Amino acid sequence: MERWTKWLGWLLLVGMILNLYFIFIYAPIEKTMGAVQKIFYFHVPSAFAAFLAFFVVAVYSALFLLKRNYFYDRISYASAEIGIIFTTIVLVTGPIWAKPTWNTWWSWDPRLTTTLILWFIYVGYLVLRDFTGEDERGARFAAVFAIVGFVDVPIVYFSIRWWRTIHPEPVLMGGEDSGLHPQMLFALLFSLAVFLLFYFYLLFTRLRLEKARMEINEMKKAIALQER
Amino acid sequence: MSYLGKIFAIAYKDLLHEYRSRETITTMMIFSFLVVVIFNFTFDPGSSYALEAAPGIIWVAFTFSGMLGLNRSFIYEIDKGCFHGLLLSPIDRGAIYLGKMIGNIIFMTLVELLTLPLFIILFNLQFSDFLLPLLLIIFLATIGFAAVGTLFSAIAVNTKAREIMLPILLFPVVVPVILSAVNATGGLLRSDDWNQVFAWVRILLAFDVIFVAICYATFEYVVEE
Repeated sequence: MERWTKWLGWLLLVGMILNLYFIFIYAPIEKTMGAVQKIFYFHVPSAFAAFLAFFVVAVYSALFLLKRNYFYDRISYASAEIGIIFTTIVLVTGPIWAKPTWNTWWSWDPRLTTTLILWFIYVGYLVLRDFTGEDERGARFAAVFAIVGFVDVPIVYFSIRWWRTIHPEPVLMGGEDSGLHPQMLFALLFSLAVFLLFYFYLLFTRLRLEKARMEINEMKKAIALQER
Repeated sequence: MSYLGKIFAIAYKDLLHEYRSRETITTMMIFSFLVVVIFNFTFDPGSSYALEAAPGIIWVAFTFSGMLGLNRSFIYEIDKGCFHGLLLSPIDRGAIYLGKMIGNIIFMTLVELLTLPLFIILFNLQFSDFLLPLLLIIFLATIGFAAVGTLFSAIAVNTKAREIMLPILLFPVVVPVILSAVNATGGLLRSDDWNQVFAWVRILLAFDVIFVAICYATFEYVVEE
């Protein structure tokens, strides 16, 4: 896996440079919003990567509870951390884009609010892991919490949708009027691929780190036993 | 003993413990009163904002005092070693969960019913026409809150931070409950169309059904020891 991750890293480097080219040079400037619309190519892919990350957390948490394989638990943990990073990117780029276009930093619309709640849920997940230590109990608690939190997300979304809405409909597969210039669509899809690749790169790197940490712990234990 | 009998035996144990110690409900109630009183300071007397903010304030009082009760719910079990006894008894883990949940629902509902009159008096509200729908909303929201809260309380009590852990876990997850309860209560106060209020009641109902089922199913993973 280590060599694999390395190759993925190089691929990602090339992809990111190309991505910048497609975003800033290839894709045309948006007519009404102007250059600020470029943030779209970072905002939307980050959101997708975040959702993928949290989906992985839920699936591997359930798998852990059923199979009790600690590898699954480490995947959930790593994926939750990465998901928080991507959600933070979404929550930071969103207001920067919203200020010039909606003339407000923040609105309590379903997608914004749900993303914020999502962020709180998974920050809670990380705090819980911090406060339980590394035994199997901590892994169990975190898995249960992740499953409950994941089921909660659609309900949060629908309850807030009842409440108010201003965020635009999804431009992909949206209504008839929604749609993107083909070059913009290409830039978006390319950026999406790069961000998903980035997610997997981070996930593998984080797993490798976790494995190394555990090996060191084992070594420390062995040394402590020898010294006694 | 039947399954239902076991559930009620556990709920009864909690009620009896509370009846003899009177620790939890007293603190919850005083706290709830305090929230209502303190929030009154934020408005000028007779201000129309008070009416707009009333549903939010009442639910802050209910959820925060509920949090106190939920925190206690497993702390005294652990501190006095009662929880191991519970786990050793020939009772299904799901029944333990439901029993504890029913106990928590009863505590919370009692506090809410006692706070409500004070709230109506201090905020000068006109609730008499729709007292029954209001009680329904309170009851449904309490079920949802206690369903998730009981599960998370069992988790939080086993962590290093205990009391601090529960709100961090619980509040983001019960956002739909709080949002629906606040808006449904507000709808009643403004005497909105009943259909609009009912939309919120439906969300509360859906939340209750889904989360009682999920928490019931996952509780056994929390307490396996």
